[in-house]
Amino acid sequence: MSVFRKFLTTAVAATALLTSPAFAQEDVRIALVVKALGIGFFEAAAKGAEEAAAELGNVEIIYTGPTDTTAEGQIEVINALIAQNVDAIAISANDTDALVPALKRAMQRGITVISWDSGVAAEGRQLHLNPSSNPLIGNMIIKLAADQLPDGGEVALLSATTTSTNQNTWIEEMNKVMGDYPGIEVVATVYGDDLADKSYREATGLMQSYPDLDAIIAPTSVGIVAAAQAVVDAGKVGQVNVTGLGLPSEMAGAIESGASKSFAIWNPIDLGYSATMLAYELSQNGVEAAPGAEIPMGRMGTLTLDENTEGAMADPFVYDASNIEEFKSIF
Amino acid sequence: MVSRLIPVREAILAGAILVLLALVASRFAGFVAPANLANVFNDTAPLIILALGQMVVILTRCIDLSVAANLALTGMTVAMINVAMPGLPIPVIIAVAIALGAVMGAINGLLVWKLSIPPIVVTLGTMTIFRGTIFLISDGKWVNAHEMSAAFTGFPRAAFLGLPVLSWAAIATILVFGVMMARTPLGRSIFAVGGNPHAAVYAGIDVGRTQFLAFVISGALAGLTGYLWVARYAVAYVDIAGGFELEVVAACVIGGISIAGGIGSVGGAVLGAIFLGVVKNALPVVDISPFWQLAISGSAILIAVAFNARAGKARGRIILKSTVAPT
Repeated sequence: MSVFRKFLTTAVAATALLTSPAFAQEDVRIALVVKALGIGFFEAAAKGAEEAAAELGNVEIIYTGPTDTTAEGQIEVINALIAQNVDAIAISANDTDALVPALKRAMQRGITVISWDSGVAAEGRQLHLNPSSNPLIGNMIIKLAADQLPDGGEVALLSATTTSTNQNTWIEEMNKVMGDYPGIEVVATVYGDDLADKSYREATGLMQSYPDLDAIIAPTSVGIVAAAQAVVDAGKVGQVNVTGLGLPSEMAGAIESGASKSFAIWNPIDLGYSATMLAYELSQNGVEAAPGAEIPMGRMGTLTLDENTEGAMADPFVYDASNIEEFKSIF
Repeated sequence: MVSRLIPVREAILAGAILVLLALVASRFAGFVAPANLANVFNDTAPLIILALGQMVVILTRCIDLSVAANLALTGMTVAMINVAMPGLPIPVIIAVAIALGAVMGAINGLLVWKLSIPPIVVTLGTMTIFRGTIFLISDGKWVNAHEMSAAFTGFPRAAFLGLPVLSWAAIATILVFGVMMARTPLGRSIFAVGGNPHAAVYAGIDVGRTQFLAFVISGALAGLTGYLWVARYAVAYVDIAGGFELEVVAACVIGGISIAGGIGSVGGAVLGAIFLGVVKNALPVVDISPFWQLAISGSAILIAVAFNARAGKARGRIILKSTVAPT
């Protein structure tokens, strides 16, 4: 990128700010920097940030980001924000390390910097907000199945590949809390390799091998969609409930057909809301982001930081027939 | 005469499939129920269609590694067309899919024919290009079940005379290929080109053009399968059918299609695909650790190929029984 264009971008961003009618000196300006503009997930997060701003009263949200998901683009945005002297930057990073120098410079100028969703290395931010944590996810996936089975039943896991770190960790965490769900028996764990056709075949195999199967838990977005389709094609809607982790836009059809009663994933609105609340606390109320600190985040409770100054927001959010219409167009 | 009607290799492969079915049945009796076998055939239908297309290409001493990417790109395109124009009748969608697939096959064919680039290099390149194109047109986003029209996803599932349309598509392809390979000039020239290209030239066959047509056929079938695949799994995204090209080649090799070209049969390709289909569908129900499943599929392929290699060995003829060193 030429120096001229870089200058132009900064100039345009600065001019936009100066001419903005919402510009008022006394407002706390929190910049919500996303991976790229135009992504439904982040638009929803911005909605949550606006909600937090309305609740706090004197906050102005600057929702910004590059047009494509590059670290270079985000660095330009950060530099522009430093020039505008915003009060806080809450960023979902395109690169863990590349943004550190720019964000360090922001912190030197007294700007509060936190990362959310996709983190920045510890030296480049004051705290990182994870949407959830492995133990919470592990508990949620079995809870989703168990909630539909008050009298207990047989469930099976449809994972990604045998070596998928995320899925294996979640299943491990799930096994730790199995004692809380008496009567629920995990009869098998199969692997769909995150391929639609293999996942479909494995799900069909599960229904054949275990005729009394009550639920298939798929903590992977490809697997859960394929399993739902397999259940529909096998005519087992109502007998076998497909649940796990999926995206509302991808799972809307499965909820509609009844193959899946509910599933979970983070709620971007809550995430944007919490990030704004945390940025406000750090910037305005002098809260120190130290390991072990408990920071309030409005209606989402408090965030407890671990030794890496990271914290988990909440349980994954449950989507079902009651809210799928609202979210399927978001992400 | 009997051996002409029922070739030995196909008979052995059919026997192997029966033994496999018996083994599976001993662990899970429900697998050999007619309804389930029909399901297995239906599940294998895309593989059968693609294996027949691949067979034609391999027979002409080429290989088409871009079939799965072609399938995915066509599938994504027709899915996006369906989302944009839900009212478009399914026959039009299918025609678009076949045409688009054929165009992509023609690109492969032209590069092999006119620029004489080795087919494996050409199709490795186009494979990546096609996958990349899916990303470009879809922006990496999925087309999901609720966005597709009911007619679009329902067509491969519609039952006709007890079998879904997907199965009938495979059966129709088998019949067309049976006639084409045995009874048409194109079918015979495909064998001739692969068997002995020099002799084929003397017989007035354009080798490059035949290879080009083989790629077009393979591409058109990949396009057709693209629609069927996306409609069946009711989802389209960049990585659908990832790595499926290797399964297609494996089906051909198991079916006794010689990678060196010129040798093979429609029956062999179909049985090779069915063999793989049975293995893939049986493994989830026979309760074998998933860690072993890949190794078992791989071993099945190797054993089948080793068998074919042995069967092909007897072809050489010793013309000098013993040589006496000249003094």
